[in-house]
Amino acid sequence: MGSFAYTAPKKLEQALAVLNKHAAEGNRIQVLAGGTDLLVQLKSIDSEPRTILDIKKIAETSQLTFDGDHVFIGSTISCAVLYENAELKEMFPGLTESIDLIGSTQIQGKATLGGNLCNASPAGDTISALFVNGATCVIANESGLREMPVDEFVVGVGRNALQPGELLLGLKLPKPAANTSDAYLRFIPRTEMDIAVAGAAVSVSLDDNGVCVAARVAIGAVATTALNVPAAVEALVGSALDASALQKAAEASSAASSPISDKRGTEEFRRKIVGVLTKRAATTAYARAKGEG
Amino acid sequence: MSDTHDYKQIGTRPIRPDGVDKITGRANYGADYSLPGMLHGVVLRSPYAHANIKRIDLGKALALEGVYAAVSGADFPDVAAGGMGGEGGGDFKDLASNIMARDKALYHGHAVAAVAATSRELAIEALDLIEVDYEVLTPVMNLDAAMAENAPLLNDKIYTMGVNPKPEQPSNVAARMEFKRGDIDAGFADAEVIVEGEFRTPTVHQGYIEPHACLATMNQGGQATLWCSTQGHFEVRTAVSKTLDMDVCDIKVIATEIGGGFGGKTVIYQEPVAILMSKISGRPVKMVMDREEVFRASGPASATLSKIKLGAKKDGTLTAMSCWMAYEAGAFPGSSMAPGAMCIFAPYKTDNFLIEGFDVVVNKPKVAAYRAPGAPQSMYACESLMDELAYKLEMDPIDLRLKNAVEKGDQAAYGPKFNEVGLRECLIAAKEHPNYSRELTETQGRGISVGFWFNAGMQSSAEVHINENGTVMVIEGNPDIGGSRASMALMAAETLGVPYEKVRVLVGDTETAGFTNVTGGSRTTFATGMAVIQASQDIISQAKQRAAKTWEIDEDQVDWQDGHAVPMPGVNADWEPLSLAKIAAKSGRTGGPLLGRASLNARGAGPGFSVNIAEVDVDPETGKTEVVGFTAIQDAGKAIHPAYVEGQLQGGAVQGIGWALNEEYVYDDKGVMQNPGFLDYRIPVASDLPKIDTVIIEVPNKAHPYGVRGVGETPIVAPLAAVANAVRSAIGIRVGELPLSPPRLLAAMDE
Repeated sequence: MGSFAYTAPKKLEQALAVLNKHAAEGNRIQVLAGGTDLLVQLKSIDSEPRTILDIKKIAETSQLTFDGDHVFIGSTISCAVLYENAELKEMFPGLTESIDLIGSTQIQGKATLGGNLCNASPAGDTISALFVNGATCVIANESGLREMPVDEFVVGVGRNALQPGELLLGLKLPKPAANTSDAYLRFIPRTEMDIAVAGAAVSVSLDDNGVCVAARVAIGAVATTALNVPAAVEALVGSALDASALQKAAEASSAASSPISDKRGTEEFRRKIVGVLTKRAATTAYARAKGEG
Repeated sequence: MSDTHDYKQIGTRPIRPDGVDKITGRANYGADYSLPGMLHGVVLRSPYAHANIKRIDLGKALALEGVYAAVSGADFPDVAAGGMGGEGGGDFKDLASNIMARDKALYHGHAVAAVAATSRELAIEALDLIEVDYEVLTPVMNLDAAMAENAPLLNDKIYTMGVNPKPEQPSNVAARMEFKRGDIDAGFADAEVIVEGEFRTPTVHQGYIEPHACLATMNQGGQATLWCSTQGHFEVRTAVSKTLDMDVCDIKVIATEIGGGFGGKTVIYQEPVAILMSKISGRPVKMVMDREEVFRASGPASATLSKIKLGAKKDGTLTAMSCWMAYEAGAFPGSSMAPGAMCIFAPYKTDNFLIEGFDVVVNKPKVAAYRAPGAPQSMYACESLMDELAYKLEMDPIDLRLKNAVEKGDQAAYGPKFNEVGLRECLIAAKEHPNYSRELTETQGRGISVGFWFNAGMQSSAEVHINENGTVMVIEGNPDIGGSRASMALMAAETLGVPYEKVRVLVGDTETAGFTNVTGGSRTTFATGMAVIQASQDIISQAKQRAAKTWEIDEDQVDWQDGHAVPMPGVNADWEPLSLAKIAAKSGRTGGPLLGRASLNARGAGPGFSVNIAEVDVDPETGKTEVVGFTAIQDAGKAIHPAYVEGQLQGGAVQGIGWALNEEYVYDDKGVMQNPGFLDYRIPVASDLPKIDTVIIEVPNKAHPYGVRGVGETPIVAPLAAVANAVRSAIGIRVGELPLSPPRLLAAMDE
């Protein structure tokens, strides 16, 4: 591990000033939230000099609010805190289960939703769950705040849409409509302490007859970023998620995926199971939306 | 004898002597030791799986401020060829070349140089300054490639041993061996049913949680002291003496607490490097591997290929068994093929068999012993095919094994005649176990397998010191990897008739304990236990002498009962019994302190048989296997401390389940391991596992005073086939290659 500078400002404007100074001078700076990815990289990847900007002390990044139509989740709230929040779990059971899958219990005491998103791993568990809940990224820069849909935020393996001088303040999620719920499933060879070989998140909204009137489907770990699967949505909407609709959705997810073969699974295997996960996540989301989950 | 013993302490479950320090974090492991002025040593490792080393220049690294030593292969003495023996096997010359490459790097991660500096960070920085010119060669990464005609050679001095006449050409096949008896062709001709199969197992690691670590210091007189995490400090001393050309009397080795070894800490890696750099720098040198180094450069166990054939009568009687088996040795000869061959057919009465084994070098780390080295792989093949035979005969798999199971008087396929063994008892216990008959769902399956390990004896020493108040100090020489201090204390307490709580056990270093072979071969409770018992009996005989002196009667008029000297029945003397405490309190007047001792080369290690029942649930859509039930049944001879015997059974089951389902080294096409960490090298985590039920069978081993037979290794042998057979039962297809990972199973099911 190389030496590094560390700063932990309490005010957002101070943090932005530090970011801008480094951007202007072309010096390397990395934002620290939970640190569960960053500290591992610090130890193992390179020892080039850098500044670590810890944003946990900035009040806005630790806010969790349920005002009006939206929920705001500050970017540095730990996964453990989020998972323990009953209101959040009630609204977004799928998102909270994705949060509960990150690392171990100990890791979840430090890891954050914002960090998982910014790290932009193709296998990041929360990312596809954020996709299907229509999350918006709230980004701070010197000119103020800007918002961006989460599916535009992740742009590549380990790459996000933040510009130099910007940081992720938090995520805004519309409160779910009536008869709406979500689910997230991933496949790992073990039961925990692992990285998704494939993942699928599904959100469905039902009418009073149990027919799906709106849906979102997103898949993870099967392409360079999480992907929306509109063809799977098409298969689900208008159905009561019968076997044939589920099968079509599964096939759509498999078709939309473009996985690689690596130590975690073969291309063929990932393509198959991302369909299975879509089907199963849809079934769970459907049951939850009907109040049976 | 043993079964009629009325034990007072043996068979109880007291807290282990090392327990408090371990659970409170006070116990000191390999990396916990430091000395003033200490340097940190790190190793430069080959970035290529196979390369000639043309030049190494340490100059710039040595010039860096804070670097006090830098070494490469040229700095080490030439080592004469000579067998190492023991569990790991191999040759000292190869060991030396594995510790530090000479002119060839034989695997990715092979040590090519090392640096000692004032901090680990600085030492790592210095590694970047070492210049190495490599001539990159084609890596040979598996058995098929290594045994192919015109395969690139790892070592052109390897001519297959065991082939007569000596082959004309060198090859990657280091050795061939054969076991046979009877007439194999006649045996198959006599068979009414024949089954054949090919089975492959991957390269796997022992997975001990504590990485290799040591601290070395050498004084100006050339005497070295070494602290290291090891299963056998006397063998470390021998290996250091061979690789550094030092006298054993100039090397003191202190075994630290050990965080798992499973055979992988019977060999050395960094120890001679640390000593040499301490010699050069005049300062202590500490070396600690990180997890990636552990995976890239230590362990592993052999990948194998077995082609096996069984013939039987319709009633299940085996008529012929044959196996062709090849084991990867890694970069240097010396795989566990031979013990694998010894075990494969050991459970069965068999008149006609042929076993042909090959030891094959490949560009992977040199293999090390892994818990019953060689047996899990070969018995996975045999027990999988026995399962197929049971299907074909439409016979219960336990009945098929009972039909052929060895018992006292049968000659083992590997040579000796069995004494009392508990295979039949284990099979019957399995058949009667409720887990063998409980109902399964449609996606579930059940499998059974027999496991076997012959167990070792070897040399041990022990001393028993009686403190002035009659409490007891046992000094022995086996690093405690599985609760052996508890079992030593129990055996001493039982023998002497003192409470367990009054016995302390020290694992002495090479200068305080008598010579003792490695903690391996499941020998410690058996052999060192025997030494502790004999040393305790020595105390009893001395205590009787002291009592006789005190009472002024003849020594043969004194008996020993419940920890007291008493006059023999019929001896006309009115003496109060003398406790060990009373005798010790007056020992100054009766001849000085009581010190008992024993040293031995233990004979008659009782072989260990087991039967495992695995129950699995295979997800038909993802190929993921969940182990929903597991039952480990094993003959322990006599369980000195049943909780630790159960722990051995459960631990072996866990490692075997991991081997069966997920563990494997994944290499890229350049021979670089892709998963050198516990994230992607998937040993099971607790939530992956069901409660593992255990049944301890006790068929006493008559060669041990309390009936002990080794229990540490057998537990890992049966789980591979038990799980594979359960998967076969769940999905109706035999997949003959481990691990039975989800992609592999799903592909097989979709075919």
